[in-house]
Amino acid sequence: MNSDISQQLQQQVQHAFERKAALSIFAGNSKAFYGRSDARAASAEILDVSGHRGVLNYEPTELVITARAGTPLREIEKLLEENGQMLPFEPPAFSDNATIGGTIACNLSGPRRAYTGAARDFLLGCKIINGKGEILSFGGEVMKNVAGYDVSRLMAGAMGTLGILLEVSLKVLPVAEMESTQLFQCTAAEALDRMHAWSQTPLPLSASSYHDSTLRVRLSGATEAVKAAVDTISGETVTAAEQYWQQLREQRLDFFTEEKPLWRISLASDTVSLGLPADYNEDNCLYEWGGALRWLKSDAPAETIQYAVAELDGHATLFRHDGDNNVFQPLTPGLMRIHQNLKQAFDPENILNPGKLYPEL
Amino acid sequence: MHSPDKTTPEISSDALIDSLQQIIPLDSVLFEKEDLKPYECDGLSAYRAIPLVVVLPETIEQVKQILTLCHQYRVPVVARGAGTGLSGGALPHEQGVLLSLAKFTNIIDINPKRRIATVQPGVRNLAISQAADQYGLYYAPDPSSQIACTIGGNVAENSGGVHCLKYGLTVHNIQQLKIITIDGELLTISGSGLDSAGYDLLALMTGSEGMLGVIVEVTVKLLPKPERAQVILAAFDDVVKAGEAVGNIIAAGIIPGGLEMMDKLAIRAAEDFVHAGYPLQAEAILLCELDGTNEEVSQHILKVREVLKQSGASEVRTARDEAERQVLWQGRKAAFPAVGRLSPDYYCMDGTIPRKQLPQVLKAMADLSAEYELPVANVFHAGDGNLHPLILYDANIPGELERTEEFGGKILELCVEVGGTITGEHGVGMEKINQMCVQFNSLELQQFHAVKAAFDPDGLLNPGKAVPSLHRCAEFGAMHVHKGELPFPELERF
Ligand SMILES: Cc1cc2nc3c(=O)[nH]c(=O)nc-3n(C[C@H](O)[C@H](O)[C@H](O)COP(=O)(O)OP(=O)(O)OC[C@H]3O[C@@H](n4cnc5c(N)ncnc54)[C@H](O)[C@@H]3O)c2cc1C
Repeated sequence: MNSDISQQLQQQVQHAFERKAALSIFAGNSKAFYGRSDARAASAEILDVSGHRGVLNYEPTELVITARAGTPLREIEKLLEENGQMLPFEPPAFSDNATIGGTIACNLSGPRRAYTGAARDFLLGCKIINGKGEILSFGGEVMKNVAGYDVSRLMAGAMGTLGILLEVSLKVLPVAEMESTQLFQCTAAEALDRMHAWSQTPLPLSASSYHDSTLRVRLSGATEAVKAAVDTISGETVTAAEQYWQQLREQRLDFFTEEKPLWRISLASDTVSLGLPADYNEDNCLYEWGGALRWLKSDAPAETIQYAVAELDGHATLFRHDGDNNVFQPLTPGLMRIHQNLKQAFDPENILNPGKLYPEL
Repeated sequence: MHSPDKTTPEISSDALIDSLQQIIPLDSVLFEKEDLKPYECDGLSAYRAIPLVVVLPETIEQVKQILTLCHQYRVPVVARGAGTGLSGGALPHEQGVLLSLAKFTNIIDINPKRRIATVQPGVRNLAISQAADQYGLYYAPDPSSQIACTIGGNVAENSGGVHCLKYGLTVHNIQQLKIITIDGELLTISGSGLDSAGYDLLALMTGSEGMLGVIVEVTVKLLPKPERAQVILAAFDDVVKAGEAVGNIIAAGIIPGGLEMMDKLAIRAAEDFVHAGYPLQAEAILLCELDGTNEEVSQHILKVREVLKQSGASEVRTARDEAERQVLWQGRKAAFPAVGRLSPDYYCMDGTIPRKQLPQVLKAMADLSAEYELPVANVFHAGDGNLHPLILYDANIPGELERTEEFGGKILELCVEVGGTITGEHGVGMEKINQMCVQFNSLELQQFHAVKAAFDPDGLLNPGKAVPSLHRCAEFGAMHVHKGELPFPELERF
């Protein structure tokens, strides 16, 4: 099901640019819940990238895959798996419709992120349509490339507000020969201590989580290395661990089903307390990434959480919510000015997903 | 010969020097000819210019005031770390201020728990690993210049090293930056977590070659030192086989810590220089380093040896001990100066290609070498496709430098042609500005200029570098033919 609709997409953007008409960019619609819902988006025309699909180049020994943005994530993961490789950032899909373009635009990464890198780390290049309807290519299909500014990585996490992704090139890695997950019952403080101690030694760690008084640590690598690491850290070896990590990544664990807004908090891994007022129940946290990512179920007002997290030099995102629009951590005035200038540089008429990230963009 | 651009300040040089002396101590403002001379070039000495004045501030506040002053009077500013850059990025501006970060040498904090180090921009790359060593940690990106180059320069160039394939480039190994914009504002980019809100300005700053802001603080990520590292040397009677062996190692599911290739001329030069015991009759050698836990390394060594033999290696040798490992690496690390001994001058290129194109590129390079009558030695970060052809020439022979530059330009264009890039790690700077016209079309270049303007609308930071003007491209007559369109149709032909 390969098809190239870049011309059509380009015409739609050019047309919207001339009319200064807002465009709402969609592909698989698997992450429609994510980001702000701006009034401008409600009246925007839909730009559907899902028809622009197909793997354009995949050479396992070059460790690179290039695909059109509308290619389903599942299709890419399956192809890689058949060749003993993977997307090392373990992106969540949240639906079978998820596309590789949406995955990169949101820069979401899964459990392996703290140990191998985020979506943006594996992005080697991309082709985009900017807000003027120009098709541009940045980066490429090679591992090292420092010609020009790193516009490709700028697209990761920009949620389409700087350009529509047409193609992405990603670095891939071989899957580990062996994996093992070890489980420990302990307090949050003990879990943090252990995760820090382990991550200061050359253990083949590839994921960690803590919730419900349970610490889980995944080891991945060469068979002998994993066996030795299991001996070193001990704990109880978890059966069917793959399923657990999959559920964590896709947010299907019980923790995520509770009826409260879900916050994604990114901060220093050794943070003990978020410093929220007692009645906001900050113990209701799920830890990932060696402590550097916390999922929090809380009714606390966005301002309260974001203020507390700012004090810790972190940032808090209202990941799943019902209508609150303070989704992303407010930026300092200086950074907002640069953001606005960049938005202007890529999308002078402000037609690409206006307000999706911040009301000012 | 290589003048970057024509920005002129709206202040006399005397008044500028006077104002600068109000901000920093007298001995930190250099303007006498003999004091300026050491700053006239970076590691690419073919490009030289004497700046109006050199300043050596010590505090963030001083940098702020200097930039505010320069902004007010439209004075060009070129930041400089250690000046080891190989693309003329730190080449001074004749009408401008050269802002040296040489006094920013403090390691502010090492946090072993968070595995980060916060350092000033003038701290040397290797000094970070040395300071982190007591915690069993190190900073992974290791450019060959690591004893001299600064972390600020590394961020500005997105520098790599021999361990990039496994551990990434600078962009993968930093967590936070503090920069000062041209209008004197201090911005903190990213925070204490692994990611940040908003656009990825951390990535945008990395590799921006001093064009967007002055880096005044860097927080780098540290990694636990591998328990063990071991190197295997494999010799081949054919470069193509060596190239295939690289693919075969990766196909076996192994990502080596380092994977380097040298061709016959480079092998001979290195062997004469450091006596590493390299096989002189080989057409190419591979150095494959495996690192990790003890068990992992043992397991992978067996596997890699097997793969190398099956790939047709004529000899496979594993370093028996740390001393032998060091010696084998020494040959590679000293390859540039070693080649330098073969000829009065050498010119180091830095293209990246998809690895599978190696045979064609080596062949084409040999043809060009014959055509230009200039020998080339090849040193190659084989794992990630980053070529460092070293062209041997003699600057004292009239016309030979120009021929060398032209030959170098051809090599870069070749890299673009096969789907690669004109620079893998040394940056565009002044040197590859023309080849940017080959790699990017006019719309892409305009987009780069718009990004620059988002930070520095007056174009005062490192003017004339990294991204060519469309006029320059038209003059150069670049051959970027994009889907049959004429390049730069909006500009008159020269
Ligand atoms: C023998 C040798 C071997 C080398 N090997 C490698 C290698 O293996 N890998 C590799 O990647 N490079 C290598 N290099 C190139 C060079 O060492 C790197 O580019 C290095 O990062 C430059 O650091 P520097 O401090 O010398 O920067 P400089 O040369 O002083 O400056 C480089 C650029 O950065 C800008 N800059 C410097 N400091 C700042 C700052 N604080 N804020 C904003 N902009 C700034 C300058 O304006 C300039 O554009 C090598 C160089 C030599 C001479």
